[in-house]
Amino acid sequence: MTNQNTISRESDLSGGEYKWGFVTDIETDLAPKGLNEDIVRLISAKKEEPAWLLDWRLRAYKHWSELEQGQGEPQWAMIDYPGVDFQDIYYYAAPKGTSEAPKSLDEVDPEMLDTFEKLGIPLQERAALAGVAVDAVFDSVSVATTMEKQLSELGIIFCSFSEAVKNYPDLVQKYLGSVVPHSDNFYAALNSAVFSDGSFAYIPPGVKCPIELMTYFRINTEGSGQFERTLIVADKGSYVSYLEGCTAPFRKTSQLHAAVVELVALDDAEIKYSTIQNWFPGTKDGEGGVYNFVTKRGRADKNSKISWTQVETGSAITWKYPSVILRGDNSVGEFFSVALANNHQQADTGTKMIHIGKNTKSTIVSKGISAGQGNNTYRGQVQIMPGAENAVNHTQCDSLLVGDKCGAHTVPYIEVRNPTARLEHEASTSKVSDDQLFYLMARGLSEEEAHHMIITGWSRDVIKELPFEFALEASQLLKVSLEGAVG
Amino acid sequence: MLEINKLHASVIDIENSEILNGIDLTVNKGEVHAIMGPNGSGKSTLANVLMGRPDYEVTGGDITFQNQSIIDLAPDQRAHLGMFLAFQYPAEIPGVRPWQFLKSALDSKAEATGEQKMSVRNFSKLFDEKVQAVGINPALVKRSLNEGFSGGEKKRNEMLQLEVLQPTLAILDETDSGLDVDALRIVAEGVNSMRSPERSFIVVTHYQRLLNYITPDVVHILVNGEIVKTGGPELALEVEKDGYKEYLSTSEVTA
Repeated sequence: MTNQNTISRESDLSGGEYKWGFVTDIETDLAPKGLNEDIVRLISAKKEEPAWLLDWRLRAYKHWSELEQGQGEPQWAMIDYPGVDFQDIYYYAAPKGTSEAPKSLDEVDPEMLDTFEKLGIPLQERAALAGVAVDAVFDSVSVATTMEKQLSELGIIFCSFSEAVKNYPDLVQKYLGSVVPHSDNFYAALNSAVFSDGSFAYIPPGVKCPIELMTYFRINTEGSGQFERTLIVADKGSYVSYLEGCTAPFRKTSQLHAAVVELVALDDAEIKYSTIQNWFPGTKDGEGGVYNFVTKRGRADKNSKISWTQVETGSAITWKYPSVILRGDNSVGEFFSVALANNHQQADTGTKMIHIGKNTKSTIVSKGISAGQGNNTYRGQVQIMPGAENAVNHTQCDSLLVGDKCGAHTVPYIEVRNPTARLEHEASTSKVSDDQLFYLMARGLSEEEAHHMIITGWSRDVIKELPFEFALEASQLLKVSLEGAVG
Repeated sequence: MLEINKLHASVIDIENSEILNGIDLTVNKGEVHAIMGPNGSGKSTLANVLMGRPDYEVTGGDITFQNQSIIDLAPDQRAHLGMFLAFQYPAEIPGVRPWQFLKSALDSKAEATGEQKMSVRNFSKLFDEKVQAVGINPALVKRSLNEGFSGGEKKRNEMLQLEVLQPTLAILDETDSGLDVDALRIVAEGVNSMRSPERSFIVVTHYQRLLNYITPDVVHILVNGEIVKTGGPELALEVEKDGYKEYLSTSEVTA
């Protein structure tokens, strides 16, 4: 197929920097390009969805069209790009022959398994050994789910979003859109109208999920947007750690990605959500790359805790603000982030901590690395509502510059409407110093190794929050992503 | 082992900034050389130029190590050949643990020289042994490299690295400055225990004090970027008694 030729040519252009730039040769079932009510109906019909969900999608679509015809895409972020032609995108792509989901790994297309292998997903026995359950999303439809049985004995539900709609419609209907409404923002509305698949997890009351739940996403069809929807509900007193990692194949044309993640932590529950985002960042000259517009938000009830950790090294544009609504008394919200912008990458990322309940507490640690001509913006909002007695926030915002053509920006918004609140904001900007480099090189580290060591050390406060195997991968990713920035 | 011929060096990109004005020096296998001199004489610069610090530019002459010219080699390549510089002001590196740093340094060298990397278990054993040997507080090496270390702790940490990396030529850049007598003794004991017919040392120092503990084979007096006198250990004692005055005037006359 032509895909293979395309990719070998493009790989040459990249000089091999983006290691995961391969395309899988699998026949794809495509809906026509463009977005209208019929496409929304088609997606819903293909997935045999109930009427309430179609209705919800259509309301989202209506809201989105109004926004699009009005102001259009949000313009407030510090990112510069030519805009997206929303009528030039495929909104539905599913690997052929998966209309009946495979019942075991033997039924999965070997080439697809090979792709996962290249991505290093421990899908087979390795998954069980590593204590990881994988819900692998390949373009739009989940192809394999492991360890589902083991989890179900504990009453834990971990499946694709489509399966959840079929098998647990009440749970989905109760919580879908309860944290990020379909009208929340431009991209959330778009996602709500056309989301294809994603992951769903439910942890019953009092259950501590014994393994890390894990999802890999991958954008694979040329010109296709990917719109995942993730919903995680931790019932009272439960605990879950969720890992989301992603790499995308090498692409020259920009690809839109607009996901929505909703977390619900009921009383005394805890959700830890970790992300490694490594989508194609574009070429050295700023050509191509993924546009990543994501809405992630959690709702924290009484005594609950939601913790976001992210390592963002990919995408041409990252627009992402994982947030926590601290509505229950004594609830805790955390945000730990490392964002790297190299070459022509632009990252505008941060968080929102909305304190509503009494004695609520939030911690923000943001580390932005800018290299090449990259631009990194931290944008954060801390809001203390009138009822939030004794709320506490600590924000630490550090920027590291590599070279002299990159940019780092910090845009904190703080709104305090209760005088008992205590807020701290620390910020720093530094450069990798020549003294540090010489010191490490004099001990035998190459210039690149020295840079890598200084940068991962500097990011350590965030990386140590990641589950162990993810932390190694994150450190490796920082290294790969910085190649070419040094020297 | 090390030969320095008519070495001239300046601060990079600054005209007329010559600091080293034609240094000749030969260090044979197994020898310990002390380089003494007043402030601003260029002795620290010499130590840094030998290791390839990019702030300096060699404008004339040559340096050969193990019969190979090294002036075009990067600092890491010099380290792989077996050179080591104990820093006067070791850099602080947040978030990097000494253990991790030293393991990477050893691995890089093994990779460059085609040797097998040391296993994590063997390295841990070696590391713990050396931590005890140099008397560094074990709690410190669990923290960030040099961050929040006192002057003395930084120097002990340099000695730890020296002991672990086992170079063939170790250059100590004023390792004695800021050390109390106990720490000084530990540094000296470390150097003395590592003295061997296969290993050479260049000890850069302002005071004779350190040389009470490390007896050098050769002492050089460096003034205004030139070696103005070379002698045996007794030369250090003379300097201790009379200071550098005598050499300063000689140098001014010759200049």
